Amino acid sequence: MIYFLCFGLILVGLYGVLVRRNTVKIIISLLVIEYGIHLLLVLQGYRRGGVPPIVEPGTDQQTWIGQSVDPLPQALVLTSIVIGLGVLALLVSLSIRLFERYGTMDISKMRRLKG
Amino acid sequence: MPEIVIMVLVILMIIGALLAIETSNLLHSVISVGAVGFLLSIVFLFLSAPDLAITQIAVEVITLVLLLRAAVRSENDSVPHRRKIIDTLVAVLMILAMAGLGARMFADFPQFGEPVMDRFADAPSNTYLQDGLEKTGAANIVTAVLLDFRAYDTLGEVTVLFCAVVGALSILRRPARKRLDRPDKEKDK
Repeated sequence: MIYFLCFGLILVGLYGVLVRRNTVKIIISLLVIEYGIHLLLVLQGYRRGGVPPIVEPGTDQQTWIGQSVDPLPQALVLTSIVIGLGVLALLVSLSIRLFERYGTMDISKMRRLKG
Repeated sequence: MPEIVIMVLVILMIIGALLAIETSNLLHSVISVGAVGFLLSIVFLFLSAPDLAITQIAVEVITLVLLLRAAVRSENDSVPHRRKIIDTLVAVLMILAMAGLGARMFADFPQFGEPVMDRFADAPSNTYLQDGLEKTGAANIVTAVLLDFRAYDTLGEVTVLFCAVVGALSILRRPARKRLDRPDKEKDK
């Protein structure tokens, strides 16, 4: 059920990318898709009643392994969040340049490259 | 109990995303997407991922600043929505197709609350949990995976980040003024 809600978030972002025409709106929709995918990956590694994958002093290693959530999706999503920031900076700078060149943020009015 | 909280938070996130996409004021939509990001960081806390929650907050603040820079224009504050029937139709069809694919995908997913690493005894996650503290000396297994077991991934991440920043800078850079017509005038003064 939670998976479906999370997938709904991705679909909302997809709808925004397909329907909106403003460049900032498209960037925001891409951001929503990204959030949805990160959430999906982390949800997959969750254990019911799980503890964070951090060893505290004085814990029994074996029982802790049985309780900890999956650390691998968390590490990779951490990478992905930071990469998402870089991609966003690139997109925003492209959008700013396009606005300066065409005076609009509507992608259907940026026709200079069309033959 | 945490599942219900997570579900409520995800529903709030969907509402925030819909608001961000549907509202006609760009500033409102940037703020709504910020709300979605901060809700995501709370969800990460409930999913026992404190590192992710911290990173998400830091990244979200920078994201908001960048988006504000892109969104705030004096003359172009609101965007009127012109709808074309055929565009919406294509979008709805694609979303339905994606939903169908997703439903098929979730049939094979592990049940929520039972990670995949439980099914396979030799899953890499089990190795990381077993040997992480001994081999790397890091109490936090997530950082052990990031900086020790999969350090090459992190190197690649930093490379991608560097390329993105260089790309953004070279796009935003002001072109140098042409001085070909008057080569040494500045020097002579």
